[in-house]
Amino acid sequence: MSETRGAVVVVGGGISGVQTSLDLAESGFQVYLIEKTPSIGGVMSQLDKTFPTNDCSMCILSPKLVEAARHPLINLMTMSEVVDVSGEAPNFKVTIRHNPRFVDMDKCVGCGICAEKCPVKVPNEYDASLVNRKAIYIPFAQAVPLKYAIDSSKCLKLTKGRCGLCEKNCPAGAINYEDKPVDETIDVGAIILAPGFSVFDARLKKEYGYGDYPNVITSLEFERFLSATGPYGGHVVRPSDQKTPKKIAFLQCVGSRDEKVGNTYCSSVCCMYAMKQAIIAGEHTAGLVPSIFFMDIRAVGKEFEDYRARAEKEYGIKMHRATRVASVSQDPVTKNLTLRYESGGDIVEEEFDMVVLSVGLEPTKGADKIGKIFGVNLNKYGFAGTNVYSPLTSSRPGVFVTGAFAAPKDIPTSVAEASGAAAKAGAYISNKRAFPEEEKREEIAVEGEEPRIGVFVCDCGINIKGTVDVPSVVEYARTLPNVVYAEENKYSCSADSQQKIKDLIHKEKLNRVVVASCTPRTHEPLFQSTLKEAGLNPYLFEMANIRDQCSWIHMGEPEKATKKSKDLVRMAVAKSRLLEPLYESKLPVTHSAIVIGGGVSGMIAALDIAGQGYHVDLLEKTEELGGNAIKIYHEEDGRKLREFAKELITRVRNNKNITLHLSTEVKDVGGFVGNFKVQTNQGEIETGSIVVAVGAEEYKAKEHLYGQDPRVVTQLELEDKMQKGTLPAKTIAMIQCVGSRNDEAPYCSRVCCANAIKNAIAIRKANPNAAVYVFHKDIRTYGFREDLYKEAGMAGVRFVRVPDDKPPMVTKEGDDLKLVANDIVLGDDIELKPDMVVLSTGIRPHHDNEELAKMLKVPLSKDKFFLEAHMKLRPVDFATNGVYLCGLAHWPKFTDEAIAQASGAAARAMTIISKPELKSEGIIAAVNEDICDGCKICEPVCEYKAITIVEDPKNPEKKKAVVNEGLCKGCGCCVAACPSGAMEQRGFKNQQILATIDAALEEGE
Amino acid sequence: MSTQQGTSPAAVTATTEGQFEPKIIAFCCNWCSYAGADLAGVSRLQMPTNFLVLRAMCSARVDPEFVLRAFAKGADGVLVLGCHPADCHYIGGNYRTRRRIALLKMLLEQYGLDPDRLHLEWVSASEGVKFQSTIKDFTEKIREMGPNPLKEAEEESARVKGESHH
Repeated sequence: MSETRGAVVVVGGGISGVQTSLDLAESGFQVYLIEKTPSIGGVMSQLDKTFPTNDCSMCILSPKLVEAARHPLINLMTMSEVVDVSGEAPNFKVTIRHNPRFVDMDKCVGCGICAEKCPVKVPNEYDASLVNRKAIYIPFAQAVPLKYAIDSSKCLKLTKGRCGLCEKNCPAGAINYEDKPVDETIDVGAIILAPGFSVFDARLKKEYGYGDYPNVITSLEFERFLSATGPYGGHVVRPSDQKTPKKIAFLQCVGSRDEKVGNTYCSSVCCMYAMKQAIIAGEHTAGLVPSIFFMDIRAVGKEFEDYRARAEKEYGIKMHRATRVASVSQDPVTKNLTLRYESGGDIVEEEFDMVVLSVGLEPTKGADKIGKIFGVNLNKYGFAGTNVYSPLTSSRPGVFVTGAFAAPKDIPTSVAEASGAAAKAGAYISNKRAFPEEEKREEIAVEGEEPRIGVFVCDCGINIKGTVDVPSVVEYARTLPNVVYAEENKYSCSADSQQKIKDLIHKEKLNRVVVASCTPRTHEPLFQSTLKEAGLNPYLFEMANIRDQCSWIHMGEPEKATKKSKDLVRMAVAKSRLLEPLYESKLPVTHSAIVIGGGVSGMIAALDIAGQGYHVDLLEKTEELGGNAIKIYHEEDGRKLREFAKELITRVRNNKNITLHLSTEVKDVGGFVGNFKVQTNQGEIETGSIVVAVGAEEYKAKEHLYGQDPRVVTQLELEDKMQKGTLPAKTIAMIQCVGSRNDEAPYCSRVCCANAIKNAIAIRKANPNAAVYVFHKDIRTYGFREDLYKEAGMAGVRFVRVPDDKPPMVTKEGDDLKLVANDIVLGDDIELKPDMVVLSTGIRPHHDNEELAKMLKVPLSKDKFFLEAHMKLRPVDFATNGVYLCGLAHWPKFTDEAIAQASGAAARAMTIISKPELKSEGIIAAVNEDICDGCKICEPVCEYKAITIVEDPKNPEKKKAVVNEGLCKGCGCCVAACPSGAMEQRGFKNQQILATIDAALEEGE
Repeated sequence: MSTQQGTSPAAVTATTEGQFEPKIIAFCCNWCSYAGADLAGVSRLQMPTNFLVLRAMCSARVDPEFVLRAFAKGADGVLVLGCHPADCHYIGGNYRTRRRIALLKMLLEQYGLDPDRLHLEWVSASEGVKFQSTIKDFTEKIREMGPNPLKEAEEESARVKGESHH
């Protein structure tokens, strides 16, 4: 590594640790990513689908894992742990212990022969221990790195000194039984802790019979049931008899909101994942009826409430509201399960085929040890201690936290925080940024040269050779036109084969290389860098996938598999003949950012970017900074939000890297990533990146006599009154979901429950004689805010649950206010004469969103909040490169969440503006201007708005398409749409693909 | 290992001597379906050898011309495999694919080809099993439909030409 490059240790290789590592590395910092297991990926790798989009979890995760493993600035250390930290930021000394893997990572090619030969079967934790792995294993098929490891507690050789089969059979000689722990001490400027969480041990809820009854399983186990790669291949079956269940019960809050087991908090994610599992299970199994037993459904995230509505209405999931199941018993013969629960005042017994326990999230096992080693405080629940106003900062300066280590949270929140932690850590080492320099090499000229193709066919040990007659494929390759050299390799990917390929490029004057081996998805970059090192353009390379897509799927048919391998080689050779050198063009970067919006989120984003030494233009439409926060008086963590906002304003005003533009509106946005031009009413600003932090608005109530009777106020107005003195009111009725969860705004505004409860408690504390009622549909105090709910109950606040479609009615009777509400629990109407009615008004998107979205060419969600590139893994990115999102502009959220997200958006902007230059993709669309007649068909087809139609300067009567190389992502959609053949995709040109098709359908030898 | 291995390697070999072996071209998008095909391999899911995969970055890159060319050159069936709706790596490419394939099927009929010889399927990166079943089912379907009539017609005309030449 570069002596001067600032470094960060990241602990934990789950999605949060991986994201924070990528953001740091993409900003020019060295990362040591420490993971204690053999593979990165964490819990997300075990999940089948993710809510609310039902995306396949592994599909979206896996590219990030590969990217992290391949990044030149990320040093991935699996089977490792931090054992000591000394010094202070930015001069930490971190001692890392590399535990023995017993397999040499440099030699192991991941062929799996060792595991095949290993006689020891061990229940596979990854698959909920329902199927076995071996004592030498990879945790899952897509593991990164794809290197085997020996389970030292199970291996016969390591425990009893006998066996040794893996060593005998490993064709690469990678097994090393003598492997020992090795300690290494490194210097880093900052530390990020992302060790994740552990799940609640369901055995502790004895009344549900987990561990005794086979058909009672946990939700994490059920994820594996649902997964196509799981123990039952994605078929929902009962463990006891492998029969398809008809009735499944999901029990919520197992190990959450439960004082008896010591976890008073809400785990935040279980409601959503249970609905997801119920939906997916229903899709897999015709006639299945899932039931969910819950206290409140906490669908507080983006589009979650819609998901809940669909689960109930479209998928027919039976929702047992406000129902906690008392016990589960098993029929000893059928293994069916009987649930006892209360319904409408009666005790009911109902039989189910299967029960899924929605287990809560707990502090990661060993959290206290982590706390000690790193010198950081934990909170009373055992999670990392943080503050509302600094949600990513631990108690030790220079040590940051992200993900579920600090509280139970969902994936998008963890990912946004991960980026945020990267911004915080980067501030400690911002003067030590260094991007890896590319070596400059003379490139071998190929233009106009006859193709000279070299073909390398891999045995992959016995993975290919065991089925395919490799020598005959090599022989066949030699007969193909333009092939001047062909050979067999034991492992084409091994270091010595790479050297050989380089030598042969020179010796045989090869100007195209074809490797027939595994999949280009994992190995193309490796061979491409080999070509590069030999001076050949990396795009003069083609792969034939004769392992994953041939020898492995045609194992019993060696002759046909051999013929197919020849077909695949012939296709690759045909395409390679037409390959051309490609170049990633370099784009300049303006090294500054614009933040739109001067509320808390915008100010945090601006300060974080400025804190790394880059210039920020902060644009605020009104005459003052502070946004909504300035109106909010209540305290969190002992401090008023408005006080915090005032401090931020001072910091922004005093920061020499921030230029403040008040009363400034965006009028137009041009350019592209790294090179935006933003027009405002005050003039033009050039910038490399844009952060959207325009906030949101409070719903202006029309209902419940608001505006007609002064005794009807909003929560903010109530706070204002409370500031000015005690309330004279004796009976106060709070109405939740005013302007939320209705037809006009079907989403949940997320923050209103906790805010109302906070005010309710304050009223009771100030005036114990006041009666305070809260009328609600669900109480959604997720996470640690659940304690507020409990405190309110103890303080005598009365909670009345009303139906979803029947809000309370407020009328006037003489001079009195009258409130009538339907109490679900009571099953009857109740009537009140309150002195004051307080409306918990929801959050509405900013009224300017549509206009701004159009200028930025970014989408809005159906509720008119800004819509990110991917709800799960790109929570602060837009599909348009270089534009980022945070705060209430994204979705209603609490202060701490907005702050973390704002830091996240800052970190993402840093990955653009800190780079000396940007590179366009090599495989992008290109227009043949001689053919293009500007018909405009391609323009609307492009999802990235990369195509514009311009006048041809040579011929004013003619129009033509122009591709912006900074915006094009290389999908080729426009190429297929082009009617004239003027549009081409580099690396996948029409002629190249047609030649491949022709070759595929040629008769072989 | 899991219980979903499908046909065991030995069972696949039991093909009837002399039966029609279709040639199938399968276009797979790089991000979902090609990865799903790889996963089928990693999971050792066995399937017939009758198909050849062509990788495209996005299913929307599959130009109708490619499909027509494949049929013209004698393919008996063409599969286009892409990401599930809403999962497209390139935002909405697969929606365009869906529309294009629907139109293309109409066109095939005009050429005298059964539109069922072209099939669009969503296969995600985690659906190795679905890749396997798609290949198996489609191969069987095409086997039942018999050879591409264009190929037969071409062979016939070549034979006629050859005869008249002599």
